[in-house]
Amino acid sequence: MLWAVLIGGGLITFSLRWSFLALVDHLSLPPTVRRALRYVPVAVFSAMAWPPVVIVSQGIEIGPGNLRLWAAIIAALVAWKTRNVLYTVAAGMLVLLGLSMVTGSAV
Amino acid sequence: MTFRACSPLLRDDARAGARAMLPLIVSILPFALIVGVVAVRLGYAPWVASAFSLFFFAGSSQLAAMQLLMDGTPLAIILLTVLFINLRFTMYSASIAPWLRGAGVWVKMLMGYTLTDQPYMLSLYAFDQRPALSRRVAFFLGGALPFWLSWQLGTLAGALLGSRLPADWGLDFSVPLTFLALLAPAIVDRATLAAAIVAAIVAVLAHTLPWNMGLIVGALSGIAAGVVVSSLSPQGSRP
Repeated sequence: MLWAVLIGGGLITFSLRWSFLALVDHLSLPPTVRRALRYVPVAVFSAMAWPPVVIVSQGIEIGPGNLRLWAAIIAALVAWKTRNVLYTVAAGMLVLLGLSMVTGSAV
Repeated sequence: MTFRACSPLLRDDARAGARAMLPLIVSILPFALIVGVVAVRLGYAPWVASAFSLFFFAGSSQLAAMQLLMDGTPLAIILLTVLFINLRFTMYSASIAPWLRGAGVWVKMLMGYTLTDQPYMLSLYAFDQRPALSRRVAFFLGGALPFWLSWQLGTLAGALLGSRLPADWGLDFSVPLTFLALLAPAIVDRATLAAAIVAAIVAVLAHTLPWNMGLIVGALSGIAAGVVVSSLSPQGSRP
């Protein structure tokens, strides 16, 4: 079963990544699709970034008690101002660890 | 074609790719360690953790697959989950493909294998300034190959260090933070802002969907919002 998962999952993942690279020389995309592709990065990054921040075991938590939310907001500000990945990640982690130590709650 | 034999310009592009990738490598290492630690905590041997990194090279789907497999989930469900978590790579593939028109099959397969979030993020910003295909390939691989290696070594290290590393330090938070770091500069006008907001809201609301479909639904909604807002204003998308 392990090998079925490794090989099956591996093939699926590779195919997804290779899909359009393989096809690009053989088809041209219509303008609407090309316009939609412009919004792929921002939409995917946003859809990947925010759920882990506001979703806890019991569901959605958007309030002052959510330490990750504070950390993410600070990090987002740092990202906006500095455009630097390291500063952003460091700021977010420091705020999260700092807040969890101060409040005594888990991260 | 060895690295030495490349034209100096290509070597510069490869080095530029590596340099640009460095901060992203540093920020992914905690996550790589965690993936290795979780593997051994779940009961896998370290070589299995490495095997997942080698076959998948996609952290969040590795975690999901390892967990589901240990839970006795049917193979089809595991594969479906992996499919949906990694479906975003198809969008990356589509968005990066026009820049690679004319590249050789093997090159494209190598780039495909290493096409994950971070090499994609970097390439978007760098391909613009590189009119030659070979320079784009050099930049991409210059960053993607070290990133791939770091991931392999990181997960292995995590698996070997195993119980020595506390998995509850919230180190996995570095992953959404990395996405935040790259999200901010991607918002350049009303359309991209709309895309970001809608994607976040929908992805959060849809998080209970099975097989991680919430991510895809959120991303597609965000893309739709971006297209709609960009077509509303006359010039397309002024801030």
